Amino acid sequence: MLTETLESQSTFPTRNSEPRPEHPPEVPLAIHDLTVAYHRKPVLWDIELNIPEGKLVGIVGPNGAGKSTLLKACLDLVPRTSGWAHIYGKPYRKNRQRVAYVPQRESVDWDFPVNALDVVAMGAYRRLGWFRRVNKAETARAMAALEQVGIAHLAKRQISQLSGGQQQRVFLARALMQDADLYLMDEPFAAVDAATEEAIVALLRRLSDQGKTCLVVHHDLATVTTYFDWIVLINMRVVAAGPVNETFTRDNLQKTYGGKLSLLEKAAEALRSSPH
Amino acid sequence: MNWTGFDTWIVVIGSLCAAACAVPGCFLVLRKMSMMGDAISHAVLPGLAIAFLVTGTRASVSMFIGAAIAGVLTALFTQWISKFGNVDRGAAMGIVFTTLFAIGLLLIGRAADHVDLDPGCVLYGAIELTPLDTISAGGFQVPRAAIVNGVILLVNVLLVSLLYKELKLSSFDPDLADTLGYSSQFLHYLLMTMVAVTTVAAFESVGSIIVIAMLIVPPATALLLTNDLFRMLLIATAAAVLASITGHLGALVVPGWFGFESTTTSGMIALASGVIFTVAWIFSPTEGLITKWKKNSPIEEAPPIQEGQVQGSTEFNMPS
Repeated sequence: MLTETLESQSTFPTRNSEPRPEHPPEVPLAIHDLTVAYHRKPVLWDIELNIPEGKLVGIVGPNGAGKSTLLKACLDLVPRTSGWAHIYGKPYRKNRQRVAYVPQRESVDWDFPVNALDVVAMGAYRRLGWFRRVNKAETARAMAALEQVGIAHLAKRQISQLSGGQQQRVFLARALMQDADLYLMDEPFAAVDAATEEAIVALLRRLSDQGKTCLVVHHDLATVTTYFDWIVLINMRVVAAGPVNETFTRDNLQKTYGGKLSLLEKAAEALRSSPH
Repeated sequence: MNWTGFDTWIVVIGSLCAAACAVPGCFLVLRKMSMMGDAISHAVLPGLAIAFLVTGTRASVSMFIGAAIAGVLTALFTQWISKFGNVDRGAAMGIVFTTLFAIGLLLIGRAADHVDLDPGCVLYGAIELTPLDTISAGGFQVPRAAIVNGVILLVNVLLVSLLYKELKLSSFDPDLADTLGYSSQFLHYLLMTMVAVTTVAAFESVGSIIVIAMLIVPPATALLLTNDLFRMLLIATAAAVLASITGHLGALVVPGWFGFESTTTSGMIALASGVIFTVAWIFSPTEGLITKWKKNSPIEEAPPIQEGQVQGSTEFNMPS
């Protein structure tokens, strides 16, 4: 009996017999068989995903669908139960310099005694390495990054004295400092003013024109078609992924949001009333 | 008042000790882990006791190693219990440090018959007696406590200046620290080790209760007075030294007003820290009560209306 169980178990694929990645190395983010669980409850289930290069990709799904967890699992910030995520063909820890992460704004304490410039300069820490201080060249780059997001005049402002939109811009400037090829952003549009929203969209466009790839967790279904080239619909599993015009359909939204019909109706309404 | 060379040494030792505590204390306060200082300062006791029982001496080195191990274990157990036991961090800390402290007291109690580790001293310290225990350094008789606390202060300042950027990053945004390759776990345990070792050095002089005041109150005071981490470290150190000086003066002078003999210095240092904090709280140019009262500060501006949200909701005509 026991031997039988053991034998039957041995037919399962083990870590060593994992199939080699079948994607070309230029794929910015390739995810295979990714499952994540918190306290034995699955949050993400068997995610298969290849994000194409140079695209603005939106991740859309209901609350608790695992959108943020997906980004974190790619960055080794939460343990993966199974599967892998490769950045340009390599595990994250071997390709850190090619990824920049913009966490949710609420993830940090904005009363921390640092100014906007200090926070942006943190984007240079990887280049600097252990023990080395932020030098003049990096400070100049940090100023340039603040310039790019339009708040250079607030460089010396303590971060708690910035508005929500300005704080989000600080986070974006910090990501720009990292000079990455793949940008993972967790709800950059959450609770920001319209001017900031426009500035962020313009920035994302600029990045994608430079051939950078942006993966953005997004909540507002009304703006999906305007902002993104590509879309990933998730609700624990990947429901659909592909170009926006093919993927952002009523049918797929129904599958993603399930029985939350009122919300779905609103989304459909928003789709119809959208000028695009 | 009768000021002697003894009093000078007491003030010097108190200042070194308070300054050594203020440096890692700043990061504890910023990480919202102030109570971790409390937990570690109690939990090092079994480390001290075991080190003593094993080696049979009160040699500083073995005591420091024992305490550092106990301190790191406190941080480790707290993390495990809150993670696997699904208990919140504060409760986990409460479980760990009270248990370890109790074990420490039992061990000391067992050993108390033949050693001079006494529980009262563990709680309040005996800073008044520290100048008696001298060793000669460069031809001078220097109190051991001054050297020990001085070395710890030096090590803390050195570590913080070397790892200033790393500690700032991992305190502000541990996830970013991890993604950039600066292990936030490593930096966390490094800080916990610093707190543990600093606590042990301060232990003999001020005891395990007053050391909490030294870890937390000067940094909290500094945070009221500045918006800059570097200045916070400087102000916290200055506040720590000021509290030691005024604390000892207070211990000599204040009881006289009420017809008593002098009182304990370590208690008065903690009290002075509290008074300095209160003064900073009242007069701080940014956070102070007076500033706020003068400005009659209006409530914060309402968040901007989001595009889309309002438009969206008006598009759906609610049935009336």
